[in-house]
Amino acid sequence: MRPRYVPQRGINLDYLMWLFTRISGVGIVLLALMGLGSAMYMGARLQMDLPTVLRWTFFPNPSHVINSNIPDVTLGWATAFWQIMQYLILFLAFTHAANGIRMIVEDYIGHTFWQPFVRALIALLWMGMVIVGIYVILGSAY
Amino acid sequence: MAYGKYSGFKGWLYKGSTPYYVFALHRLTAMGIILFVGLHVLSSFSMQQVLGTWGTTLNIIYESWWFQIVVVFCVLFHTLNGLRLVILDVWPKLIKYSREAVYLEWAIFIPIYVLTVYLIVIKGITTGTV
Repeated sequence: MRPRYVPQRGINLDYLMWLFTRISGVGIVLLALMGLGSAMYMGARLQMDLPTVLRWTFFPNPSHVINSNIPDVTLGWATAFWQIMQYLILFLAFTHAANGIRMIVEDYIGHTFWQPFVRALIALLWMGMVIVGIYVILGSAY
Repeated sequence: MAYGKYSGFKGWLYKGSTPYYVFALHRLTAMGIILFVGLHVLSSFSMQQVLGTWGTTLNIIYESWWFQIVVVFCVLFHTLNGLRLVILDVWPKLIKYSREAVYLEWAIFIPIYVLTVYLIVIKGITTGTV
């Protein structure tokens, strides 16, 4: 690892991302608990195996849980409410992840010439994954 | 880490003991989750848009019971350790108990994880699936 450049105190990218990491982490946990509870309520408790429950918990999307053979899968999740929940968990999770990658990579490369290029590459990856996720949500059977 | 010195792999094994090992595990499980979820999103996209069979193959591997043991470790550990970090950041007075917080974290993690692995293995063996 390399020494880390310590920025000025006050509101800057590092402080905002530090705050965002905490908030999004707690947010993902709350969204997951909500998804898990709803999945149990809608009938997952009758045919529970772990892969299914994980998929219902983290991404309540009809095409995501289509091969879990629960009868009312398109009925239960096919509302705008769950679509908004999917957008939220998608955005929070990918932004949390992209910032985490940025922090790990910058611990190794330090504050060098390559830093802006690495940041641009990570931002591009982040944008690509968010677009793919939105495409999956919009392309699901509603 | 010494200033201006590249410490490489040895940097992972310095004598920071308990809270440091948790920090290293936090990063390791983070990279595991990113790899898992990123590939899973891409394969779901490929399955939905019917772009060949690689997505289906990958998701069959992801749903197999032996793979779930690793996934559950990463997700559960990263969640619990993240909550510990949030609690210590919100109430800085608790930082003097940081070592005890790590012990408490393992005390919560181990029962949940062992029970989950037990259920996964029992179900995997009895149903005979891969």
